[in-house]
Amino acid sequence: MYYREIKIQTQCHGKTPKDAASVRATHPIPAACGIYYFEVKIVSKGRDGYMGIGLSAQGVNMNRLPGWDKHSYGYHGDDGHSFCSSGTGQPYGPTFTTGDVIGCCVNLINNTCFYTKNGHSLGMEKLGLQTPGEVVDANFGQHPFVFDIEDYMREWRTKIQAQIDRFPIGDREGEWQTMIQKMVSSYLVHHGYCATAEAFARSTDQTVLEELASIKNRQRIQKLVLAGRMGEAIETTQQLYPSLLERNPNLLFALKVRQFIEMVNGTDSEVRCLGGHSPKSQDSYPVSPRSFSSPSMSPSHGMNIHNLATGKGSSTHFSGFESSCSNGVISNKAHQSYCHSKHTTTSLNVPELNNINVSRSQQVNSYTSNDVDMETDHYSNGVAETSSNGFLNGSSKHDHEMEECDTEMEVDSSQLRRQLCGGSQAAIERMIHFGRELQAMSEQLRRECGKNTANKKMLKDAFSLLAYSDPWSSPVGNQLDPIQREPVCSVLNSAILETHNLPKQPPLALAMGQASQCLGLMARSGIGSCAFATVEDYLH
Amino acid sequence: MACVLEAPLRMSVLSEVTASSRHYVDRLFDLDPQKVLQGVIDMKNAVIGNNKQKANLIVLGAVPRLLYLLQQETSSTELRTECAVVLGSLAMGTENNVKSLLDCHIIPALLQGLLSPDLKFIEACLRCLRTIFISPVTPEDLLYTGPDHQTILFNHGAVQNIAHLLVSTSYKVRMQALKCFSVLAFENPQVSMTLVNVSVDGELLPQIFVKMLQRDKPIEMQLTSAKCLTSMCRAGAIRTDDSCIVLKTLPCLVRMCSKERLLEERVEGAETLAYLIETDVELQRIASITDHLIVMLADYFKYPSSVSAITDIKRLDHDLKHAHELRQAAFKLYASLGANDEDIRKKIIETENMMDRIVNGLSESSIKVRLAAVRCLHSLSRSVQQLRTSFQDHAVWKPLMKVLQNAPNEILVVASSTLCNLLLEFSPSKEPILESGAIELLCSLTQSENLALRVNGIWALMNMAFQAEQKIKSDILRGLSTEQLFQLLSDSDVNVLMKTLGLLRNLLSTRPHIDHIMSTHGKQIMQAVTLILEGEHNIEVKEQTLCILANIADGTTAKELIMTNDDILQKIKYYMSHSNAKLQLAAMFCISNLIWNEEEGSQERQDKLRDMGIVDILHKLSQSSDPNLCDKAKTALQQYLA
Repeated sequence: MYYREIKIQTQCHGKTPKDAASVRATHPIPAACGIYYFEVKIVSKGRDGYMGIGLSAQGVNMNRLPGWDKHSYGYHGDDGHSFCSSGTGQPYGPTFTTGDVIGCCVNLINNTCFYTKNGHSLGMEKLGLQTPGEVVDANFGQHPFVFDIEDYMREWRTKIQAQIDRFPIGDREGEWQTMIQKMVSSYLVHHGYCATAEAFARSTDQTVLEELASIKNRQRIQKLVLAGRMGEAIETTQQLYPSLLERNPNLLFALKVRQFIEMVNGTDSEVRCLGGHSPKSQDSYPVSPRSFSSPSMSPSHGMNIHNLATGKGSSTHFSGFESSCSNGVISNKAHQSYCHSKHTTTSLNVPELNNINVSRSQQVNSYTSNDVDMETDHYSNGVAETSSNGFLNGSSKHDHEMEECDTEMEVDSSQLRRQLCGGSQAAIERMIHFGRELQAMSEQLRRECGKNTANKKMLKDAFSLLAYSDPWSSPVGNQLDPIQREPVCSVLNSAILETHNLPKQPPLALAMGQASQCLGLMARSGIGSCAFATVEDYLH
Repeated sequence: MACVLEAPLRMSVLSEVTASSRHYVDRLFDLDPQKVLQGVIDMKNAVIGNNKQKANLIVLGAVPRLLYLLQQETSSTELRTECAVVLGSLAMGTENNVKSLLDCHIIPALLQGLLSPDLKFIEACLRCLRTIFISPVTPEDLLYTGPDHQTILFNHGAVQNIAHLLVSTSYKVRMQALKCFSVLAFENPQVSMTLVNVSVDGELLPQIFVKMLQRDKPIEMQLTSAKCLTSMCRAGAIRTDDSCIVLKTLPCLVRMCSKERLLEERVEGAETLAYLIETDVELQRIASITDHLIVMLADYFKYPSSVSAITDIKRLDHDLKHAHELRQAAFKLYASLGANDEDIRKKIIETENMMDRIVNGLSESSIKVRLAAVRCLHSLSRSVQQLRTSFQDHAVWKPLMKVLQNAPNEILVVASSTLCNLLLEFSPSKEPILESGAIELLCSLTQSENLALRVNGIWALMNMAFQAEQKIKSDILRGLSTEQLFQLLSDSDVNVLMKTLGLLRNLLSTRPHIDHIMSTHGKQIMQAVTLILEGEHNIEVKEQTLCILANIADGTTAKELIMTNDDILQKIKYYMSHSNAKLQLAAMFCISNLIWNEEEGSQERQDKLRDMGIVDILHKLSQSSDPNLCDKAKTALQQYLA
């Protein structure tokens, strides 16, 4: 949570009694922040005490108090009235003056706002915003708020979550349960956890759509890919699914590029034979000690979305900020309102409403510096800019688990000595030869299917490995990371499933992706409740 | 004919059931304890959910036998436990079942069972006790021996034993523990003061309560912990300006008054808030600006929003009950809000139809509502401005007088106190109230057994007599009667005495009134004054009495009553030399009035007082270091010089 503070001093050389000095933030309230709050401390009310705090759209006259003009709302200190785009106010709360801390809370979930005085909520007002408002303050600081806004947010978070939990699912005769079971089952099948899938299907009285043999085949291929034994993987695929790779030359190309990388790595079967190792006895997939407890475990697939989640927060670094202002707009380029949700807000098409958080009108005939000091604090439960492209299609990650098929593991071999192609000269030659074939294949592909920048880059990156004496610690070395086998593995798995007329990604993943996308859409449409819901909350 | 055919059939069904039931009961008397145990277990299985079977077993006398087995030291714990379970099962049935169990003195037997070392047996007894006490037919006092249950529980270490349950992992347990505290601490300073210093896992109870009233907690929990904190605050255990009261408890209770809450929650919220802010003006001010509370409370009068059909008696009854509860809660809270601050009172009265609602409330059938409405009116009647305006516009005095005619004491106390305010001399209601026979009513209040009523009655009469015309004064004296006046002057309560003296002082003002009253009641009043000056009374009482004498001395003919009473003159002389300056000053007022030059016969009075040695005292007092005494003495001496 961030608190901001700044002192605003107006130096007014007012010419007419109607002159008002407004300060408005340059950055609008992000529509999807859900609940937005800021506080202002009135250090001195100035000569006449005409002060207002509130919200206004960009472009509203800055020489007038908020609330008087269209698209603005304000609470005025001299009479305690609230103004809603009108010159005549409604009795709202007490008056305020020097020493008071006034706050303004915008709730974009139910489109209400309320003001606070010295930490006491003064009562809800309906906001007539037709379009989601966008308001921001200009001020940064470290002071905790006088009003307990966190408690208010807790209430709304609970409300939204209760709403989600109690969403009617229209359960007819266990339909819902059956659907959930199908989703789980299809997920297990998709990733090839055949034993679990079988057991699950048995206990829930379902049929597995795919034949067990087929699942086992896919699992075999996946294991080979994930073990870096690409040559065998390609061969097995061609045996089991004869026309698959012929129909997908790009996929075949990608697999072969990966094979090339594994050759450099020294893990591909072709180079391993040459290196004098038994092709089956070595495996370079990283091993985590904890995984050994369940020998029959299939590869475990973490959701891609977890990776995104771990990256959150990195974009909300906050740097100190100074701004000076006199009678006008505070420029605030470094603005980052306090954020906690993960929805992109970069492309907002909604009309913007800015906030005037402090403004005062004053009758001044002489120079008065230090006339008004205001401290404002700011807080928003807002939106961060993390790229959340949702879900990579069917991609999956191994949680460092290691399958124990028929292999014995030599944990140390690849980790102790890292030599090109496992250190064998013959293997290096084989690798070079394979590289040439790959180059030829790439050219042929281009002739047949046209230019493909992705393929081109893939090949280039792979070949770049040879430019370094120690490819593993080179700038392109991450390709050698076993984790890079996963996207390839996933694409291949999806392709195989498609040939069986099965979905190329499991419905469970699809549903999660959709939920994430929905939240993003809500954020862009300014539906505030999205601030209090994330897909991660429901993944335990 | 049909009846004849049917009767035997019914009989046969009944006898069949009874036969099987009898079998169960018979088995309880088996000589083999193992068989008895099996019999009880079988009986347990037979009665679960079967009300007919339960009734049969009770009729067949199973209960005394079960209780016998339960209490028997020789019974195995297993058998005793099973007996308690069966009894608990019987209690689950109809209210008649519970009555039968109570008739068999089940409570002492079960309580005795709690002393057993066996946890399972204790649990079974507790379950059974709980079932019995939940039933409306069970009188509560079966469990308690005295009226002060809070103290009994407190003295038995309830606080320490329940405190750790507040952090239990089970919500139900936390909630029940919290409820216990809210009941234990309610209007109990001793418990409340203890609670502040109790800590669980290094956290003090107030902090735990504050956490429990966070806005994401269930409403029930928020409300109950707010009640605990309120009790602690009222007991002085938490300061009223503590942030946990100002920023947590108070806003939480205001939220409970919102339309979104359930009716019961709104009632409880408003009542608790009224109690919290009752005596603290700062809390009253904060509450008055929080979330438009004053306007929000107006909604309490709008229930039910639709009138239900007359035919739907059940709903009608439900609506009526809730409407009463809501209204009285709102009145209570308005009363607390407006107790001290003039601006708040103004805001309350300006709320839509407020005065009409109060006026209607005064004639409600529900005593609770009437009482709360009077309390609200009382609170608002402290405003001089409102007395002159809205109170007059709505002729509030009319329903108020009606309330006073026939009401229980608790209402009378508040209503008469309100009447006191309406009788203040600047109140325009004073006249019509007098005309509607208030004097008689107030005089009768002064005869009440209830002290507060006596005080209010005499107080109102005192206010009424202030600067009143002679007729009113005579009416008061006549209505009160000399006997009653003397009765009041010898009242054991000093407040009653002071107000009675105040009444006398107000009666004896302006010269014609003094002379008139003294001509009719002079003898009795002089007697009363003598009596009080001779009695054991505090300084304020004596001062007030001397002031009455000074008033009498101001009369034209009344003066002679003092001048011819040597006893009184000696007393005045005595008080001129008293150690208390207030009494000296009051005595000097009497002397001044007696020796004032321009009046007829002043020379004789001066001479008489000089002979008594008054002048010597005046000379001494003119040297006094007290400027008031000194001035007064000098002025008096000047009368002699002229």
